[in-house]
Amino acid sequence: MTTESATMAGTTEKQISLPLSKAIEISFRSLRIRFWRSLITIGGIFFGIAFLMSILTSASINEALVEGGSPQVRALLEQQGADGDSATQQVWLVSLSLLVCVVGITNAMLMSVTERYREIGTMKCLGALDKFIIQLFVLESTFQGLVGSIGGVIMGCLFMLISMMTSYGWDPLVLFPVLEVAQNGLYSLGAGLGLAIIGALYPAYRASQMPPADAMRTEV
Amino acid sequence: MTEEQTAVMDAPDTETQNIVRTRGVKRVYQMGKLSLEALKGIDMEVQRGEYISIMGPSGSGKSTLFNMIGALDKPTEGKVYIDEVDVAQLDAYELAWLRCRKIGYIFQTFNLIPVMTALENVTLPMIFAGLATDEAIDKGVDLLTLVGLGERVQHKPLELSGGQQQRVAVARALANDPAIVLADEPTGNLDRKTGREIIELLRELNQGKQVTIISATHDLKMLDVSDRILWVQDGRITKNQRRDELDLDLGQIGAEEE
Ligand SMILES: Nc1ncnc2c1ncn2[C@@H]1O[C@H](COP(=O)(O)OP(=O)(O)OP(=O)(O)O)[C@@H](O)[C@H]1O
Ligand SMILES: [Mg+2]
Repeated sequence: MTTESATMAGTTEKQISLPLSKAIEISFRSLRIRFWRSLITIGGIFFGIAFLMSILTSASINEALVEGGSPQVRALLEQQGADGDSATQQVWLVSLSLLVCVVGITNAMLMSVTERYREIGTMKCLGALDKFIIQLFVLESTFQGLVGSIGGVIMGCLFMLISMMTSYGWDPLVLFPVLEVAQNGLYSLGAGLGLAIIGALYPAYRASQMPPADAMRTEV
Repeated sequence: MTEEQTAVMDAPDTETQNIVRTRGVKRVYQMGKLSLEALKGIDMEVQRGEYISIMGPSGSGKSTLFNMIGALDKPTEGKVYIDEVDVAQLDAYELAWLRCRKIGYIFQTFNLIPVMTALENVTLPMIFAGLATDEAIDKGVDLLTLVGLGERVQHKPLELSGGQQQRVAVARALANDPAIVLADEPTGNLDRKTGREIIELLRELNQGKQVTIISATHDLKMLDVSDRILWVQDGRITKNQRRDELDLDLGQIGAEEE
């Protein structure tokens, strides 16, 4: 990273730094050691994002079918009617599931902070700045968000495609709106990462505010 | 010798050499409506290169004093000077820099980071200090070799014995060539023999590298190697003894122990 060359120059005598590569390594390791719990958090994000993605995918495929589907399919679609009520209901459901997702992440991260009280304090004794601690926790959450969201996007898309194929035959596959679904995938991924970061902010902040003296105390 | 006399002996002409100096340090812990004065006005000086032991019964305020000297906690009242700089005046960056470069900490409970190997624990402060990774690794291996763990650099803390973990902690404390090493009961969780080894290690560092060592302890063996002993009781320094004033008592302690 840039800090390496900066310190070499000797201009930054009082600088304290944590290169991103090192931060990633540390947070990755912290996740691995709590593998099962991380997996549960990832699972929460996975389902939330899968739900969001399936809704978005369904809308895109529907649109494609209305435009280019065979007459029978269009007839079927018209029969069901794309009514506005169920659409708002879906928005609510998705929002709710994403909210649950954030709460889950926050909870898991808070647990992780409490568990690592001493470790955080020790790092501060070694010269870690508050922002390093925030960085480590946010990175951890971002990884979980990334893995969960990628999984969720794939799962949500496949699930919806298959479920629509069972109702409408081959049309959804043939007319599959690749570009739009890809775009939806990116949105969902972004949403997943965003939620993971939002969920981690408060726990990370709390961790960063911990007084280092507490690391010294034997009883915790 | 009384406290006043010693204070006079240490006084003005040596002031510039004081690496640590505290003036009227008080620390009050507030617990709801209860308040507990853990430190009741500590004045002390430590000179560069000294080996100081802070002795006192449990609950006397050793760790609290220690956190003050180590800039890990702020005094409720009074001032702490490190290298004649008032610690309270430092901003977050300078404080982190002080903790990273100037002071090395050793804890009773070792406080290694469990997910990291011995080597990574030792190199972490160097990374914070901006050292390039390979430089840090070379230096880390050297330090671990110095403390007798050259063969175990890739072990995780849990794969090491208590004594070995404390050696890693000593190596980590030395990572950025600190001027001061602070140790809070470094032998508290170790058996006698291992404890002695750690004490000897600290003494060697003190003599070889001129590192100032300040160590809180219950351990009477520590007295042997200290230049000076500060006795703390109930949040006050009650006695300030140089080692030469102590030899007499030491004979007794040795006799009791062996
Ligand atoms: N964070 C805290 N909150 C409240 N009280 C505290 C806190 N830390 C220390 N104390 C109190 O301050 C007093 C001094 O504690 P300290 O830990 O400094 O003692 P000590 O000399 O290090 O004892 P020990 O030898 O058992 O480690 C004790 O009465 C303790 O209960
Ligand atoms: Mg203590």
